[in-house]
Amino acid sequence: MRKIECDVAVVGGGPAGLAAAERAKDAGAARVFVIDRDRELGGILQQCIHNGFGLQLFKEDLTGPEYAHRFIDSACLKGVEVLLNSMVLEVTPSRTLYVISRDQGMLEITAKAVVLAMGCRERNRGAVTIPGTRPAGIFTAGTAQRFVNMEGFIPGKRIVVLGSGDVGLIMERRLTWEGAKIEAILEIMPYPSGLIRNVAQCAKDNGIPLYLCHTVSRIYGAKRLEGVQAVKVDEKGMRLPGTEWDIPCDTLLLSVGLIPENELTRVSGAKLDPVTGGPIVSDDMQTSLSGVFSCGNVVHVHDLVDNVTQESWKAGECAARFAATGQRDGPVLRIRAGDGVRYVVPQMVRASSLRTQETTLYFRVTDTRRDTLIEVLLDDKVIWQAKKQIVRPQEMVSLTLEPRPHLQPMTGDKVCVRLSHRKGDEDI
Amino acid sequence: MGFGLPGLLSKGGLMVGRLKADVVVIGAGITGASIARELSRYELKVFLVEKEADVACGSTKANTAIVHAGYDAQPGTWKAKLNVRGVNSFFPMCQELGVRFEKTGTLVVALDEEQLPKLYELLERGYTNDVRDLEIIGRDEVLSREPNINPKAIAALWAPTAGITCPWELTIALVENAVNNGVTLLLNSPVLGIDASDCGSAMCVKTPGVYIETRYVVNAGGLYSDDIACMVGQDDFRIVPRKGEYYVYDKRFGSMVSCPIFPVPTAVSKGILVTNTIDGNLMIGPNAQDLNDKEDLATSWTGLSDVLTEALMMVPGLPMVDSITNFAGLRAIAKPSNDFVLGPAPGVPRFINAAGIQSPGLTAAPAVAEVVRDFLYDADLDLVEKSTFNPCGSPRLRFSALSRNEQGVLIDKDPNYGQIVCRCETVTEAEILAAIHGPIPCTTMDGVKRRTRAGMGRCQAGFCTPRVAAVLGRELGCDLDEVTKRGSSTGLLLARTCDLRAAQGGDDNAED
Repeated sequence: MRKIECDVAVVGGGPAGLAAAERAKDAGAARVFVIDRDRELGGILQQCIHNGFGLQLFKEDLTGPEYAHRFIDSACLKGVEVLLNSMVLEVTPSRTLYVISRDQGMLEITAKAVVLAMGCRERNRGAVTIPGTRPAGIFTAGTAQRFVNMEGFIPGKRIVVLGSGDVGLIMERRLTWEGAKIEAILEIMPYPSGLIRNVAQCAKDNGIPLYLCHTVSRIYGAKRLEGVQAVKVDEKGMRLPGTEWDIPCDTLLLSVGLIPENELTRVSGAKLDPVTGGPIVSDDMQTSLSGVFSCGNVVHVHDLVDNVTQESWKAGECAARFAATGQRDGPVLRIRAGDGVRYVVPQMVRASSLRTQETTLYFRVTDTRRDTLIEVLLDDKVIWQAKKQIVRPQEMVSLTLEPRPHLQPMTGDKVCVRLSHRKGDEDI
Repeated sequence: MGFGLPGLLSKGGLMVGRLKADVVVIGAGITGASIARELSRYELKVFLVEKEADVACGSTKANTAIVHAGYDAQPGTWKAKLNVRGVNSFFPMCQELGVRFEKTGTLVVALDEEQLPKLYELLERGYTNDVRDLEIIGRDEVLSREPNINPKAIAALWAPTAGITCPWELTIALVENAVNNGVTLLLNSPVLGIDASDCGSAMCVKTPGVYIETRYVVNAGGLYSDDIACMVGQDDFRIVPRKGEYYVYDKRFGSMVSCPIFPVPTAVSKGILVTNTIDGNLMIGPNAQDLNDKEDLATSWTGLSDVLTEALMMVPGLPMVDSITNFAGLRAIAKPSNDFVLGPAPGVPRFINAAGIQSPGLTAAPAVAEVVRDFLYDADLDLVEKSTFNPCGSPRLRFSALSRNEQGVLIDKDPNYGQIVCRCETVTEAEILAAIHGPIPCTTMDGVKRRTRAGMGRCQAGFCTPRVAAVLGRELGCDLDEVTKRGSSTGLLLARTCDLRAAQGGDDNAED
């Protein structure tokens, strides 16, 4: 077994891993590895050939591969070492990685700091329980995307899409352009789960019917999919008997959400947040294991790659610093999701950070609210406030806290993020 | 991939051949596989014919995977006799073939006083059936062994000889061993008819590709064994499909129980149980529903919800999410007997049934094979032992089960072990190649899945579908859109990019 030592080992060469690796180099880490299981860097961006990436960060409208290549080029220029077609089988709490590949066999990589950037996977049929038969023709939207954009094959000709997540919406447009017919989009929630621009450009512009408060209640077909049964649901997601109708189709695409891919994290022993499905991180993106950092969709599912990049730069920089010093900063305060907030990342923040540097919090809300006030409380006192015209569950909210050098020593240990009503507002 | 069949004639593109056999075994599920393998011990020309694209595609692929102790069946039935005989030879057989079998034991748990007499009844019946080492254990012991079961448990029947296995792994290993010992397997070969004139002294089994002239036929046709029997005029039993639905959970929950946990049985079935699987998943099911349609493998809201509700009574902490898939299987129930139908068809002494094999059919399979062999012998089939018979199979190498050092050594020997194709189950390309190029032609996604577990993990093939399809396509010499899930009409992909647009006669500006 070959043994390698390095300063920072990054698991995953998608946008999160690449940004972390290049920034770790910038911050002085001598030997930085990016390990990826695929045949090329860039992760899922490589199959996202549509545009709309980088609007926030670069003020440019890039395709997925274009966005990825900015980071691939930069990481390579900076001397990041890359292991492709390489699978990390295990990350130990003492930051040893077991990695296999055709060319190198089994590698044991011991790193001073590790960045977990494995991304996420798609929820599948089993996870949402759709009864019926098990014919060919049921794909997650991302798998279909790989077949169409990377391999050049079309899964089917008459397609129903369950869920209105972004990957599904993008594939509806792509497959319509390829000549397939999208029969319907069924979304169980009363609102689309993808970005508003994707609903407009991918579904509405192509005349695809979007049924809100609907789901698939049965799969038909012994060999190839022959159709699905659609049904209306009430506000709790319960099926309404009598509202069923059948839609003939040969393909069902599932766009029913993403799950952070944390099998390695779980085995490493880092603590996970049951709400996000990702590791609990501090504002330096460090997990509960010292020297093990994490960023991107493996921490929580983002809407925009631009946010992933920024979060990952932070992780890379802090990982490099840890690799140099071996020191973990403390003490940390828990960040709690208050009224109207589903989760907040990071889940912990160092008191020193709040005093000395900008801290960005990412969070999702529980319901749509207009003209709302976001409040950040420290020991029950409002310390930061920001107004938002509208917040929606399907769109991540970010909030950058200006440093407060004169924050009093804290008696409690809690930070809370909550939504507050502005005068005269109503929930919708 | 050629089957290398002798005597095949090409007639206007249709291959119709005539073959000669001593015995044709119809159906390559666990029963047919066990019989074919048993017969491969002797100097016989044996054909195993299967309608599907792979073996183990009927009831064998969708059941609870339990090797039962044998206290369930009514004394005196074939089920009772062959269950206990089967369980005794099960472990040695698995060892020979390199198939995984874990002697976990099973528990039947009584949740209230009213169920206690039933436990003792099972115990008594077990004694009558010659089941060894049964005992009733008390509440404390039940809960200390199985801390996740309902604390209302008051006692349980402990059957230590029972265990868990993998039915398709076993069936594939049996057929591979049979093929290695000279049996010819014909896949994609539904039996269209059996010509058994002259009291079946010589019969002809017709499939779309070949006619097989044979001296003996064994009917292990599972759900269709009544239809097969009808082909020789036997209509004294019929098969009713009884559906059972299941949930499978992520491996994280596999250790919630340490053995199959049954409720106290009802008149219809053994009840909905909670079990670990040999691969470390947690599984619950099955319910029981008699049907008319032998192809109805659909799960339903009511069925799945019944399964979950009943399983929750036994293990209240069952996860409500994190099920990775659900499926249904069909048991082949023989009416009117409700027992296995074994022996010659009336008036056709060389047509031997092994029909109506439902639970404990997996456990009984080795015993059923011996009984069928004896029936063949009684019908004057000469059984001359083959000196070259090799009972041993080689266990399928599972990369994920090896130590890091062993994994490293393996990759150095064969770099294909360094390429992970299925990430959830850590399946390497070398394992997929071994599956595709094994003794049984493996040409489908489901075939690869059942041999390697690629696609059986938590992402349910989201990640590995394109990758497995690519390896299959490359190895079979076909394009991705010719790769199927499980044989004809189950192709994954229906077109190439640009094809549909071209067919619709236009480029993007066609509407202008």
